[in-house]
Amino acid sequence: MRTRKRWVWPLAGLAVIAAACATNAPQDSLNPQGPYADKIYNLFVPVFWIAVAVFVLVEGLLLVFVIRYRRRKNRPAQMPAQIHGNNRLEIAWTILPALILAGVAVPTVTTIFDLAREPQGNTLEVNVLGHQWWWEFDYPKEGITTANELHIPTGRPVVLTLCSVGLGYEDKPTPSDCQPGPPDGAQPAAIGDGVIHSFWVPELAGTQDVVPGQANTLVIEADHPGRYSGQCKEFCGLSHAYMKFAVVAHSPSDYEAWVRNQQADAVTPDPGSLAATGMDLFLNGQCIACHAIQGLEDANGNPVVANGGPNLTHFASRECFAGCWLPNDHADQLARWLDNPAAVKEGSWMPDYGLTKDEIDALVAYLQSLT
Amino acid sequence: MASVSVPRDGATRGLFRRPVATTGFWSWLTTVDHKKIGILYGVTAFAFFIVGGSEALLIRLQLAQPNQELLSPSVYNEVFTMHGVTMVFLVVMPLSAAFINYLVPLMIGARDVAFPRLNAFSYWAFLAGGIFVYSSWFLGGAPNGGWFGYAPNAVLDPTRGMTFYAIGLLMTGVASTVSAVNLAVTILNMRAPGMTLFRMPVFVWMSLVVQFLLAFSLPVISVALFELLFDKRFGTHFFDAAAGGDPVLWQHLFWLFGHPEVYILVLPAMGIVSEILPVFSRKPLFGYQFVVFSGIAIGFIGFGVWVHHMYAVGLGPIANTAFGISTIIIAVPTGVKIFNWLGTMWKGDLTFPTPMLFSIGFVSMFIIGGLSGVTHSVVPSDYQQTDTYYVVAHFHYVLFGGAIFGLFGGLHYWWPKIFGRRLSETLGKVTFWTMLVGFNLTFGPMHILGLQGMPRRIQTYPAELGLTFYNLVSTIGAFTIATSVLVFLVNVAVTHRKPRGEESDPWDARTLEWLTTSPPPEHNFDEIPTVHALDEAWHRKYAETEGGTVVPVPAGGSGVAAEEEAGHGGGHAIHMPSPSYYPLVASVGLFVLGYGVIFSWLIAAVGAVVMLAGFYGWALEPSAE
Repeated sequence: MRTRKRWVWPLAGLAVIAAACATNAPQDSLNPQGPYADKIYNLFVPVFWIAVAVFVLVEGLLLVFVIRYRRRKNRPAQMPAQIHGNNRLEIAWTILPALILAGVAVPTVTTIFDLAREPQGNTLEVNVLGHQWWWEFDYPKEGITTANELHIPTGRPVVLTLCSVGLGYEDKPTPSDCQPGPPDGAQPAAIGDGVIHSFWVPELAGTQDVVPGQANTLVIEADHPGRYSGQCKEFCGLSHAYMKFAVVAHSPSDYEAWVRNQQADAVTPDPGSLAATGMDLFLNGQCIACHAIQGLEDANGNPVVANGGPNLTHFASRECFAGCWLPNDHADQLARWLDNPAAVKEGSWMPDYGLTKDEIDALVAYLQSLT
Repeated sequence: MASVSVPRDGATRGLFRRPVATTGFWSWLTTVDHKKIGILYGVTAFAFFIVGGSEALLIRLQLAQPNQELLSPSVYNEVFTMHGVTMVFLVVMPLSAAFINYLVPLMIGARDVAFPRLNAFSYWAFLAGGIFVYSSWFLGGAPNGGWFGYAPNAVLDPTRGMTFYAIGLLMTGVASTVSAVNLAVTILNMRAPGMTLFRMPVFVWMSLVVQFLLAFSLPVISVALFELLFDKRFGTHFFDAAAGGDPVLWQHLFWLFGHPEVYILVLPAMGIVSEILPVFSRKPLFGYQFVVFSGIAIGFIGFGVWVHHMYAVGLGPIANTAFGISTIIIAVPTGVKIFNWLGTMWKGDLTFPTPMLFSIGFVSMFIIGGLSGVTHSVVPSDYQQTDTYYVVAHFHYVLFGGAIFGLFGGLHYWWPKIFGRRLSETLGKVTFWTMLVGFNLTFGPMHILGLQGMPRRIQTYPAELGLTFYNLVSTIGAFTIATSVLVFLVNVAVTHRKPRGEESDPWDARTLEWLTTSPPPEHNFDEIPTVHALDEAWHRKYAETEGGTVVPVPAGGSGVAAEEEAGHGGGHAIHMPSPSYYPLVASVGLFVLGYGVIFSWLIAAVGAVVMLAGFYGWALEPSAE
């Protein structure tokens, strides 16, 4: 029957296009770029083809029955034999799928435990803090804090400890802060009121939820230098769609250079420059209420520490900002953000301070100088 | 000494004069007839289907292109949340309830359900819950935390939306719990003489399994909803990690309900398909007992797979392994059903009127949904696919390609029984084919979108992600589905201008409901049929010779059944339950009480008084005058 095939061709067509169309999607789970993503992909592919085989077999059978046993015009309608069932057949089609599924279960279970194993040897440890709606990356051994871009060396497993934090958390929570409060409930943990996020960089690993009160771990590793797109996957409120990030993998030597640059204090702009005006605004305005810049001191001579906002010490070294939603290569994007953050990302906790155009220009100049 | 006097005169008993109307507006408000209640469920659910479908169209319009601003994030979150809440709780559940209410008493040869007024109360409480949730749009914003309402996001959200969600779903939960008990009792106790459990139609069996699933899973979601309500309204900290609570507790409770819920949504449709396929294959269901037992098995195992919604939460490899394996196991009884449906068509005499098309559509789409479901048992693979559009594709293949196709098949199949008029075949076929094409255009590409990195519940996406093309295809598909639903509505309108007069058994069917007139009389059967076999109605029309050839029984019946019933006399001694105001009164009280919890204890007190007055009047009122 011609009509029965109508739903077959779009599906078959889609499957073909799916295989051919992976090139333009930078967040593609079918394009693994590291050993952890490979393990998942190597499991997905055979299961996919088994599913395709079952699909063709069962839908094919359905199609054959529809064609073969349809009532024909040239034959009088006749009551078929009343077959009530066939125990042997039914037991067979219970056991056969069970066997296939058991076959799938074995590599599934081994891969689950494989992925859960702590990597040994030369690993890099990074604490990942999920905020509404941006990511903070804290390198405890290197003493680096950055936002929305996670820089890693290639060929080295990176052990991420994931923690959700809310507004009003105390400065720089450590993974132990992510543990639930003490049993007596006397001392709340220092995490504020965070929500659940989910860390996902599909080309490097599977998903791991970022849950308040729970320090989850995830291991990622990249084979080649490159920029890998990631995104928050668990619905986390108004700007959930705008909570992206990138993992930037460098060759080990490039990574060392990046670390050295990040460890340095922020650049101080030349006196009298527009950037210097911006720095004054930064120090004397509202910015330092939330944002840290390493090497900067406030009016009382205290270092500027972060309190809820991204550390901006090397802001200009990042290719994106505002949850990696905006590219960091246009002054006007930054100006638009400073003018009214919530107009770019609804619900953004960064307030609109009613900055004038001159103030914005100065702040943009300062931020762009922070390489 | 105090004495209780029960007045004999119905007019003076209780608060109201007993309603008597059996036609017109008031008859619908006071009815306790399972058929009228079934129709009320159906009409209400379909109205919500239009609303929930419109929300889906808004979602698809917003996502048709990258960086669109048709819906702001706050509105988008409300729309996708309400789409999910509506389709699950206000469309598929009540539409299934419509079929179960209307058909189960007819199929088991009963005059009504066990507790007719409780049945009316279930409907009105469901309607109250639905209206309550929707009224939030006008009272400060709709629920915006997703149908899954994950804490702590749902708690921390400053609007009242999720409070409406909690209370509204508690109301529909009351409705479903009450109805579960009612229908389980009906099926277990009110079957016609000779209707043993294994002579029950598969639809009745699936309905029975669903009632048990409801009875055991709804208390779990009720606990979760009360905790959410307390966190939001009274400042408790059930899900607040900083205060020693646990956000993951919500997920366990929600999915311990939520996964059986999936089977609550799809098992009635499986039952419908198991009725339709044999009729249009002109063969009995292949392996009736296998289908029944696999349904029961699904019911049991369905309570043991909930963590497959939570692999990424961080419960550890052992928990993930255990639930991965239980998810694999549940695929087996599900697969069995598909093979049994194929076996039913094997060597049949197949015709393809609209109900059959929808049933075959159900089977073919459910295969896809089932296979993508199996990939969820492959835990590491799900680490990638969880919370992406791949999952959205999967469950729409199960709940739309599955449940909705099955329910549409059921609508076309039982329409002549319920309304005495047959839906147009031409328009029915147009509905089917546009829906099938639109459905696959909408949800097929979502598999690819998910695998290519599109997370769920995002209000927009940047062009650089390379997701534009399939999103556009999906949006076009959604409007194709909308067209098919419009064609169905035209079909309904056209059909209702035709005169009644459908024969009692237009499809040459196999079950008891086709023995009575179309539409059935209020008391269903003039004589309660005595049942001698599975597919009783078929056996009254046909007999099998020794060689397996089927011969029609001469008109007038095979004798046995007709003779037995002839002794029972005419239909003059039938007692039917009388209409009542009280179920409606109690539901109105519940409705008002809901607003009271949010806005004012005074309103709550008024609601409580009205509700209790309703129950009180109900308790004192005899079931029939």
